[in-house]
Amino acid sequence: MIMKTTVERESQASTDRAARQEYVTPEVNIFETKDGYVLEAEMPGVDKGGLEITLEGTEITIMGRRQTEALPGESVFRECPGADYRRVFELDPAIDSSKISARMEQGILTLTLPKSERVKPRRIAVE
Amino acid sequence: MNNLTRWQRPELAAWAGLGRLTDLRDEIDRLFDTPLAEMTRGSQLLSVWTPGIDLYEDKDNLYLKAELPGMKREEIEVTLHEGTLSISGERKSESKYQAAEVHRAERFFGRFQRTITLPAPVSPDKVKAQYKDGVLTIKLPKTEEAKPKQIDVHVS
Repeated sequence: MIMKTTVERESQASTDRAARQEYVTPEVNIFETKDGYVLEAEMPGVDKGGLEITLEGTEITIMGRRQTEALPGESVFRECPGADYRRVFELDPAIDSSKISARMEQGILTLTLPKSERVKPRRIAVE
Repeated sequence: MNNLTRWQRPELAAWAGLGRLTDLRDEIDRLFDTPLAEMTRGSQLLSVWTPGIDLYEDKDNLYLKAELPGMKREEIEVTLHEGTLSISGERKSESKYQAAEVHRAERFFGRFQRTITLPAPVSPDKVKAQYKDGVLTIKLPKTEEAKPKQIDVHVS
């Protein structure tokens, strides 16, 4: 019932040389409450327009394209990776995929993934 | 000159050496048993947040870029002192999910500081910084003396 990163799929994709592209795996925090999940991913340099979230079956793919323009001049030293971000997660079947919402703020993507009503704990009144 | 080590019978020393070798082998075995993810997680706990920095230079300016996602503008501090630029701040953990069950905690919260020595003298009063999409960009104009100058040589 937890959200996992689908590592297997990633490695399969990387063996396909022709389609191979370098991506940065964003660091994430995932929390679960009784109402749903919250996923936070670090994607500095990505704004709302560069964000692409796709849902396929039980998998959710987050992708972020960097919008920052290259600095002028010559590079003295470089530490920031220039590649785009991508990470795939497996969804808990309890998540209502039609209610997923995303927010982007200062390079942090916050995904809210509510659980569907039928799996939420319900208090039953005793008559 | 003599070494001040305790004399040991040669055969005993040899045994001790073998013992150490076995320790080393155990250590290597253990290293490969540990999943890679676990090792990196361990090192993340020990280390501090080191945001990535890029530095670029053209003839008039220095340009610095630092990846600081999820900060508040007022929590980033940039100081310039005698040719040394320092970026520091603190990223505070939001307590709203404290009661929740944590599935992944890869993001770093806490203080950070990066200090770099600038390759050329800059005019401190003309430095401009902006923070957008979690990226801090600083433009540092070089002092007039530091700019390369073309000198015309007249050959008579």
